[in-house]
Amino acid sequence: MMAMTTSQLGRYGYADIEGLMGLMTGDEKHGPAATSTLDALWVLYDRVLNVDPRDPGAPARDRFLLSKGHGPVAYYAVLAAKGFIDPGVLRGFASFDSALGYHPDRTLIPGVEIGSGSLGHGLGLAVGIALGLRAQARPEPQVFVMLGDAELDEGSNHEAIAFAGAIGLDSLHAVVIDNSSATHGWSGGVGTRFEREGWSTVTVNGRDHDALEAAFVAPREGRPRAVVAVVEPKNSAARRPAINVR
Amino acid sequence: METMRERFVVTAHELLDSDPRIAIVLADITAAQFAPAAAGHPDRVINVGIREQLLVGVTGGLTLAGLRPIAHTFPSFLVERPFEQVKLDLGHQDVGAVLVSSGASYDMTSEGRTHQAPGDVALLDTLDGWTIEVPGHPDEAELLLRDAAARDDRVYLRLSGEANNAPQLMVPGQFLPVRTGRRGTVVAVGPMLTPVLDAVAGLDLSVLYAVTVRPFDIGALRRAVTASDTADVVLVEPYLAGTSNREVDEALLDLPHRVLGLGVGRAELRRYGTPAEHAAAHGLDPASLRERIASFLG
Repeated sequence: MMAMTTSQLGRYGYADIEGLMGLMTGDEKHGPAATSTLDALWVLYDRVLNVDPRDPGAPARDRFLLSKGHGPVAYYAVLAAKGFIDPGVLRGFASFDSALGYHPDRTLIPGVEIGSGSLGHGLGLAVGIALGLRAQARPEPQVFVMLGDAELDEGSNHEAIAFAGAIGLDSLHAVVIDNSSATHGWSGGVGTRFEREGWSTVTVNGRDHDALEAAFVAPREGRPRAVVAVVEPKNSAARRPAINVR
Repeated sequence: METMRERFVVTAHELLDSDPRIAIVLADITAAQFAPAAAGHPDRVINVGIREQLLVGVTGGLTLAGLRPIAHTFPSFLVERPFEQVKLDLGHQDVGAVLVSSGASYDMTSEGRTHQAPGDVALLDTLDGWTIEVPGHPDEAELLLRDAAARDDRVYLRLSGEANNAPQLMVPGQFLPVRTGRRGTVVAVGPMLTPVLDAVAGLDLSVLYAVTVRPFDIGALRRAVTASDTADVVLVEPYLAGTSNREVDEALLDLPHRVLGLGVGRAELRRYGTPAEHAAAHGLDPASLRERIASFLG
């Protein structure tokens, strides 16, 4: 019902995303978070993920889980641009009859792997999906889960980070959007939380598409992968990342 | 006698061998007993360590990937501690799973309150779509586990060290009429059947044996009540007293009726000792049950 026809695929580019986002209104509370995810989402859907809007449930597809369910405007816009959502439904955003709310519901939107909103649930689900694919001898699909630096406050993440690192779950990719929004910060940087548990970890400019792509497609090393995508601090108007990245 | 927990391990191992959809998810509890199964099925016996939020999150993820996971630990750590994962990682994702707890309300009396979960069924009962099974014997536990493994919905299987003297020829989803009488109906849940039958010996009462408590077998209750001279119902549940009173009220909405909900008291005992001592303290031993039931029925 919501998926677009094949002829509509590929109609939209990155420059169209802002316009698609503009079709949605009323998400002021989540405004800054909505755009912090935009570039990483675009690079994943445009260059990295093996997903097809014509067959969003294909068993061999890559999985993308938006754990950080807050501010989903950029997510919906990218899904619309890539043919999973009819752009026409963006206008009804968060209305009673809309499939698109402030937090996404997997049962309402093709291609959305999990319902999220309560922070700290996506990484555990992603570990289970990766283990389930492994148990079915499906080594190809990669499982990406997008988190926020403040979301890492939730202890459930640290259960998953330690376990995935310990078992070398190398189809698992955490994408942490770091907009410096964690109230008490992360001494040494977000990446250290993954690195010390044995993850392959890299910190990149979260607005640099080529750097993001290179980080996402780096060869697997028998370990889970964490890509920390640093963007402007949530409470700053600056357009450049405030943290030096390597 | 073999315990439900021991039968669970044996049966789960057989299910792993026979059904490639089955996975076992553990959080250290019972991991040693599952070591042989894990050796044979390293990708489908998953021990996440002492991480119960992850236990349930991984369980939801395994279902999303197409498996039929069976997650297991003590009820406090399976239902209560990770309750939001149960609500969201299973229910909100609209996926099934089998949760198997062992420990019940007061199996672990000497461990104290931290290892006791009389509220697990009531808490799970706030959520939609759960089948809740409370077997009274290892044979019933095995039957219910096999039944749950072959389905796709959300099932909570509550195992206990307390058990009835003998298994019943129960059918999943249905209350079993055990005896009939004219002065009222007693619904005995799981391991409460043996003490209930002792308690009502010589009394003119019907007894229904309930193992599947959600969904509640409204038809069986109505048949028993309409065959009786009174619409007086006594529930005897091995978890928080009153957990199923609402179900009885809804089943008998069109009939003037009375219901007495017996079970584990809300107040913390702050006692150790034995399960038998706790049963007596909660008024669930046969003598106390007989007195309370007789008093209610007048």
